[in-house]
Amino acid sequence: MALKLDDNVFVSKLDALASWVRKHSLWPMPFATACCGIELMATASSRYDIARFGSEAMRFSPRQCDVMIVAGRVVMKMVPVMQRIWLQMPEPKWCISMGACASSGGVFDTYAVVQGIDRFVPVDVYVPGCPPRPEQLIRAVLDLQEKVQATGTLNAREFAKRTEFEGPNPLIKDLPPESLVTTPGNYLTGTRVRHLPMVGK
Amino acid sequence: MPANYLVPLSQKFGDAVRGEEFRDNLRVIVGSDKVYDVLKALKEQFGFNMLCDIAGIDYLGYPDATDRFGVVYALTNVSTGERIFVKTFVNDPDPELPTVTDLWRGADWMEREVFDMFGIDFPGHPDLRRILLPPEFTSFPLRKDYPLRGYGERHNFEQMTRAEG
Amino acid sequence: MPLEVLDLATEAGADREFLYTLNFGPQHPATHTTLRLILTLDGETIVKAVPDIGYLHSGFEKLGEDLDFNQYVTIVDRMNYISPVANEIAWHHTVEKLLNIEITPRCKYIRTILAELARISDHLLCVGAAALDLGGLTAFLYAFNEREKIYNIIEQASGQRFHPSYTRVGGLMADVTDEWVKLIRVFLESFPKVHADIVRLLNRNKIFLDRTRGIGVLTKDEAINMSVTGPVARAAGVVRDLRKDEPYLVYGELSGSFKVACSKGGDCLARYLVRMEEMLQSYNIIKAAIENLPSGPVNINVEDKLGIPDKNATYRTIEGLIQHFEILMWNRRFETPINEVYGANETANGELGFYLVADGTAKAWRARTRPPSFIHFAIFPHLMEGHQISDVPAVLGSLNIIAAELDR
Repeated sequence: MALKLDDNVFVSKLDALASWVRKHSLWPMPFATACCGIELMATASSRYDIARFGSEAMRFSPRQCDVMIVAGRVVMKMVPVMQRIWLQMPEPKWCISMGACASSGGVFDTYAVVQGIDRFVPVDVYVPGCPPRPEQLIRAVLDLQEKVQATGTLNAREFAKRTEFEGPNPLIKDLPPESLVTTPGNYLTGTRVRHLPMVGK
Repeated sequence: MPANYLVPLSQKFGDAVRGEEFRDNLRVIVGSDKVYDVLKALKEQFGFNMLCDIAGIDYLGYPDATDRFGVVYALTNVSTGERIFVKTFVNDPDPELPTVTDLWRGADWMEREVFDMFGIDFPGHPDLRRILLPPEFTSFPLRKDYPLRGYGERHNFEQMTRAEG
Repeated sequence: MPLEVLDLATEAGADREFLYTLNFGPQHPATHTTLRLILTLDGETIVKAVPDIGYLHSGFEKLGEDLDFNQYVTIVDRMNYISPVANEIAWHHTVEKLLNIEITPRCKYIRTILAELARISDHLLCVGAAALDLGGLTAFLYAFNEREKIYNIIEQASGQRFHPSYTRVGGLMADVTDEWVKLIRVFLESFPKVHADIVRLLNRNKIFLDRTRGIGVLTKDEAINMSVTGPVARAAGVVRDLRKDEPYLVYGELSGSFKVACSKGGDCLARYLVRMEEMLQSYNIIKAAIENLPSGPVNINVEDKLGIPDKNATYRTIEGLIQHFEILMWNRRFETPINEVYGANETANGELGFYLVADGTAKAWRARTRPPSFIHFAIFPHLMEGHQISDVPAVLGSLNIIAAELDR
């Protein structure tokens, strides 16, 4: 080989380089609804210090974030809000479902609680526990970093190909149509109050 | 505990009030037409100046129950620390009770919650809307004929693929 | 709406109300959890605030009708999730009142210590988060570091650091160890220093004082009329504390070791100061209780046939084994009176009460919760009127609204 590189020059694919840069500065959007939110705060504060893994920059505006951490149960009034926030995040973006309630409904198998957010938004990493210990959340961030490294591309167009819904089948198919009550929830309006003018209609 | 409240109350309201005591709770059972007067008298004459709680109960299928819904007003006298519980019953098809928001402003949200969960109407309430459930919701979830897992409302949302957004 | 140009000097312009609506939440950092406010603003002044809640309504009370008294404790835990043990103690206080159970002295002391630790951890988070919202991150970090120590104590006793589900009808899941007592002694040594640190950080902090003094004023009459309890009411001058007024657990015996913290201000600063003082009083209670911690069993006697016996009795005695199965089999369990009872505890946020209707079986017919956060949030529109929009986080932080308790 004619070209001689210096010892401190590395050759890599641009995709891998972009993913390597991205994975060490994941900015979380703390979608904290319930108990897990307090553990999320504990993870960010002095003892566990998520800053060691490059994810301390919690931004409450979804437009500045890379990873949505859904911490806590999501109930039917909140699902459209969650979907709207997910839409507002720029790509590439990932989602961590923190805790048993967000992942599966947990102990709350009731009329109001969604049985797993993966039925309505894409989820990348699930964290078990009720609530998970901060170590588990840090592990989830590390797992997500591996996933980003393994699958990320430079222009982040790999998401556009995934047009099939990847989550579990909706439970609504198990129910006979006569026992079904419709509660329309639409993420375009995001909010559910009638007396306010609807956006986009 | 303060059983002495029963005597003046029954002097004032006659047979409409009935007393019950269990553990340290003194309960006054009164018909739904007299409940406002009893609460007003308790507030203004007997010094029960704080409405601690309003609890709705569905008695559908309860042992020996004759009425469908019970509503319990928990009152507290802040200066002496005494408590009294005023209980009343309402029935289908139009369960309704007079509002006590003019006596206690704190009753506002409590009555809205009872309305939301049981469908008991409070005529005269300034702003009786659903409070915890979405406004499109049609059932009253704490009624005994509503199943724990609902009628599938929780599943009825749009799904998002990865390519969307 | 298209913009239109109006001349304010003309009559038509002067009469126009320049109000606009601002949506605040449900996902907003200052709400900490999920609640929504619809604010009508005149410039930056709030004309009207309409809270919209229910974004975390998960059907706790419906679950309470489906689970038995021991199982429901796991759900009650998740109600006020920054002081879970206090909820458990309040729930089983009511159940034990219904079943007429007198718990053992050791159990009473342990529950008292845990309830006070829960109060400290609740107030620490409330004060820390309120300071965080007003721009002071350091107090939050100090408070959380101290909360981790409380988590360790709870984990030592129960095995779970966050939602311990530690109490049972008539006792506790397990007895505490000497290690636990040691951990508490270590905590007692370090806590006053952290408390003093937070006081030094905030009490004379000009920004903190300016943003809390005179904000969200609640008078005594309004507090009583709007059913407010706990630190919010005591900051408004209502001298009421169930630990003194209706002594439960060992608060009667230890009443000499603590005082009720009250204030006349009624504003956000008064609420903050009351919470800070209550932490010191809780510290005194724990200090007195840990010195007097009696020995003996933590569960009620097996012969009473009311609670789950401890593991020792289950494995070694036939009565214990029978009783264990009696309580755990679906067709046996508790025999309850067909009656209803209200029991309340003074938790960190105020009076947490349960109105429990029993139908003779081991499941509650109705487990109504009297949630302090729900009642405190109802006064929010009243507190906000006429204030600036930047006062919203200050008032929310001082009320300590916990969404899971608010919506249940």
